[in-house]
Formats: sequence, C-alpha cells, structure tokens
Amino acid sequence: MNHPHLELTGVGISFPTDKGLYCALQNVNLKIDKGEFVSLIGHSGCGKSTVLNIVAGLYQASTGGVILDSREVNSPGPERAVVFQNHSLLPWLSCYQNIELAVRQVFQGKKSRGEMREWIDYNLELVHMSHARDKRPSEISGGMKQRIGIARALAMQPKVLLMDEPFGALDALTRAHLQDSLMEIHADLGNTVIMITHDVDEAVLLSDRIVMMSNGPAASVGEILRVDLQRPRERIALAHDARYHEYRAAVLEFLYQKQQRPAA
Amino acid sequence: MSNPAVAQPIQDTLKSARSLALKRWLPRVLMPMFGILAFLLFWQMIAGSIDTSLGKFPGPTQVASQFGALVDEHLREQKRADAFFERQEIRNAEKLAKDPAAKISVRPYTGKPTFFKQIFTSLYTVMTGFFIASLLAIPLGIVCGLSKPIYNAVNPLIQIFKPVSPLAWLPLVTMVVSAVYTSSDPLFAKSFVTSAVTVALCCLWPTVINTTVGVANLDKDLQNVSRVLSLSPLSHVRRIVLPAAIPMIFTGLRLSLATGWMVLIAAEMLAQNPGLGKFIWDEFQNGSSNSLGRIMVAVIAIGLLGFVLDRLMLMLQRYVSWDKNADLR
Repeated sequence: MNHPHLELTGVGISFPTDKGLYCALQNVNLKIDKGEFVSLIGHSGCGKSTVLNIVAGLYQASTGGVILDSREVNSPGPERAVVFQNHSLLPWLSCYQNIELAVRQVFQGKKSRGEMREWIDYNLELVHMSHARDKRPSEISGGMKQRIGIARALAMQPKVLLMDEPFGALDALTRAHLQDSLMEIHADLGNTVIMITHDVDEAVLLSDRIVMMSNGPAASVGEILRVDLQRPRERIALAHDARYHEYRAAVLEFLYQKQQRPAA
Repeated sequence: MSNPAVAQPIQDTLKSARSLALKRWLPRVLMPMFGILAFLLFWQMIAGSIDTSLGKFPGPTQVASQFGALVDEHLREQKRADAFFERQEIRNAEKLAKDPAAKISVRPYTGKPTFFKQIFTSLYTVMTGFFIASLLAIPLGIVCGLSKPIYNAVNPLIQIFKPVSPLAWLPLVTMVVSAVYTSSDPLFAKSFVTSAVTVALCCLWPTVINTTVGVANLDKDLQNVSRVLSLSPLSHVRRIVLPAAIPMIFTGLRLSLATGWMVLIAAEMLAQNPGLGKFIWDEFQNGSSNSLGRIMVAVIAIGLLGFVLDRLMLMLQRYVSWDKNADLR
C-alpha cells in the first residue's frame, strides 16, 4: 500500500482572538487505512473536534492538509459524512425524510426513485429503526435519534465516517446497544471510521487504533495505541481479557499521568 | 317509575360531570364574560357624564341601537340595489325583444356603500397591502439573514424607515400614485392603491426584522448538516433555512398584519378609500347626534376584525408549523 487512504500531514490551525492568534492544533500527522476504525481521545478542549472538523472540511487547516484517496480535502462533502454529537436531524422532517434528503443529494441521477426508496429503507433497517420510519425526531428517544443520524451518514455511502462523540449524550445502556450496532455495521460494511470519544472503554472496545491527543494550546497527537483484539469483539468476554485491561490502562495512564488534566 | 337504585348513580355521575364542566368553563368563558360586562357597566356610567358638542358620549345601549340602524341601512340599500338590477334587466330584455341586434349596457349600481361593504373594502385593502409587503419582506429578510454584509448595508435603512408614521408617507404615496398610476380605465381606484401601498410600506418592517433574525439564528449544527450534504444555495434555503425560520417569519407576519390594520384606518381617512377609515371620517364630518355612536360601532368592529385577522394568522401558523407541540398563542 503506497498511498494511505486518508492522510493528515502537519495539520495545524490557529484562530484569531483579541490577544492575537491562538494556536489550537499543531503538527497533527496521521495515516489511516481503508476500513480502519480510529478513535480520537483526549481531555476536553484538546482539539479533537477541530481535527474531525478539518477532515470533514468544515474548518480549513491553517497549515498542512488532509488528503483522501490522493485528493486534497478543502470543503465539506458527503463522501466524508458526519454523525454529530446531538444528532442534528431536521426536526420538520420524518426519519425517512431526513435520510431521503441525504440520499437524494448523493444519488441524484444515479439511482431511480424506487431504488432510492429501497436504499433508505435498507439503511433504516440497518440501524433497527424501520418501525419509526414516519416519526418526527421529536417523537423518538435520544438513542433512536442518534441511530437515525448514523443511518443518514451511512446512507451517503461515505468513504470516511466521522463521528463526533456520537454516544456522548446517551445513557450507559443505550450507549452499549449503539456500540454493538456500530460494531455490527462496521463489520458488515467495512467503512473507514474516525470517532471522537471521552470514554476509554468505548475507545478500546471499538477501535483498531486509539489516537491520544495532548492538551492544548498547540495540541497534537500524543501517542497512538494499536488495539490488537480479535473481531468480532464481545464486551462481556473482553471484561475478562487481560489484554483489554492493558489497553485500557495504557489509555488511562496517558490521560491522567502523562497529560495532566488542565485546570477544569 | 324511576328506580332509585339506578337513578342515584346516574344522578351522581351527572352532578360530577356538571361540576367538572363548570370548573373547566369558569376560567375560559365566565371570566371573560365577567370582564366584558364590568367594562360595559363602567362605560355606561361614564358615558352619561361626558358632554360633547354632538350630545352625550354614546353608551353601550346607544351604540347597540346604532349598530341596528347600520344593519337596517345595509338591508335597505341591498333591496334598492336588487331593484335597480331587476329594472335594468327588464329594460334590456325589452330592448332585445324589439331589436335583437340592439346594444345593451349593464351598469353597476352606484349607491352609497354601506357599513358592511366598507368593512369588506377595508379587509380587501389591508390584505392587498399585507400581501405586497410579505412578498417583499420575506425574501429581503432571508437575504439579510443569510448575508451579514447585506444585513449591515440594509439595517440602517430598516431602522430609519421603521418608525415612520403612515401619515407621513401618505401624501408622498398619493402624489406618486397619481403620477405613475395613470390609465383611462383603471382596474383599481387610486384611493385603493394609495391606501394599500401605504399599508405595505408600514407593515414591511416587522416581517423583515423577524425573518432576518429567524434566518440568522439558524442552528449551527443544521448549517453544518447542509454543508456536509453539499446542498445547493437554493435547496439550502428551501430545505433548511425556510423551515427553520418559519416560526419567526410568522411572528413577523402577525405583527405586520396588526400594524397594517392600524395603519389602514388612518390611510383610508386621508386617501378617502371607501373603507372603515372613510366611514369614521365621514361620520366625524357629518356631525349628527348619531355620529359618535356610529363611530363607536366602527371602533368595535375594527377591534374585533383585528382580533379575527390575528386568529386567522395563528391558525395558518399552526397549520404550517412543523413543531406541533409548540405553544403558539
């Protein structure tokens, strides 16, 4: 493999403030292979979301750049679908229509009306939400909304799926459910995924690699941990797995010893 | 005949149903009724002690009798109009019977417009002005909300023109309409055009401002969704911006319609558009002992119609609003 699928090279970003330029990120280098599941973990304010937004094209890097399949990323696009932390569904559209908006945008002229309908229903089924097809977001629970958010992103058939703390606002049980669903989907479709998380267990359970970020200002990649656990992973079996605990300990050590929590 | 064992529970149920109904209706119907009655009583008491050059200030009873008189007038005028058209038809039929090639003319009835006709003229005029204003204000508001530079350019103008009284606009509008709107067979009366344009000028601003705010405050996440989907500017506006701004747009529209209705009366007085404003002005000039009572009927009608217009807008808002749980009032 001569060209990596997704490559961040020397990515940095500065924001203008009243006291001059504030350098939020500096020299972030990362190579991600096709189908890889990568988590970004770090303390709040370390620039995890900024990295994700740069890959999404929502922010422009001040230095360095992002290359996806040999093409530079400089604007947002559906091939880098984002699952937002607070789902960001359009409240005036039903679940089906929310996904339809994305599908129409991506597959206009490539799929017939009937094929699009099938594809939307397929994606609803993928996240186990067919029963809420015609419900509005306000009529379903937080976890269900996030499922629809994931379905909307998956329905775009993105090259990279970007998830910004997708399960951060959910209770522990719902979160576990959605993590299992996500692992299932990832095994089925083999998407490349970058996920931001605060949750060490979630990172170890889901990822192939965990990118641990140092604190800002001028945050960067601190360490990268490769998680060599056999897939499919089973959360109960892993609870007794010594390697799982090692990985967990390594991440915790990085977060709470090497990177002292900034004054919160 | 009645079996007490059966009748008693039925009566209990009825009793509890009655008390429940009372509890439910007391605040919603009885209290407003009480308020209105108290007001009428106070009005009647005060009215007798206000002397004007046109006699005593009319109390509710005089106003009610004037309302009756206006209804009678309307019915009489209606009969006269019917008679006029009947005569005309007979005349024309006779003409045609004599000579099938004869030219017949259908003339409109030119009697004095009654109070109820004037109400319809007013409603028609305000809706026209409001419609013109909305047609301009909503797109302008969307553009201002989407683009900060354009907003910065337009905002001073909005702030300057917003507080201008309709009475200040009216002479200008009248002159411009007379100069520009010239046609030998005009579709609309000049007084109508002048009034509608003045209404439009004054009720533009609430819709512009509220639409701007609604569009500019579009949720950052929804904006990002639109960017990730790479929606075209047009579908961004149609699919994301407009639905999100609908509640604020309607707030603006309702304020605009209320403003327009207030402005209309003043505009009609000066432009002599045959609506409620002209009715009041004519009664004022007329100065009979009934005039004040008749003006008071118009005042109440204006209030009631303004209320009805706002309720209609609210119904429309409920109908188009996507958030059926929102407490719209």
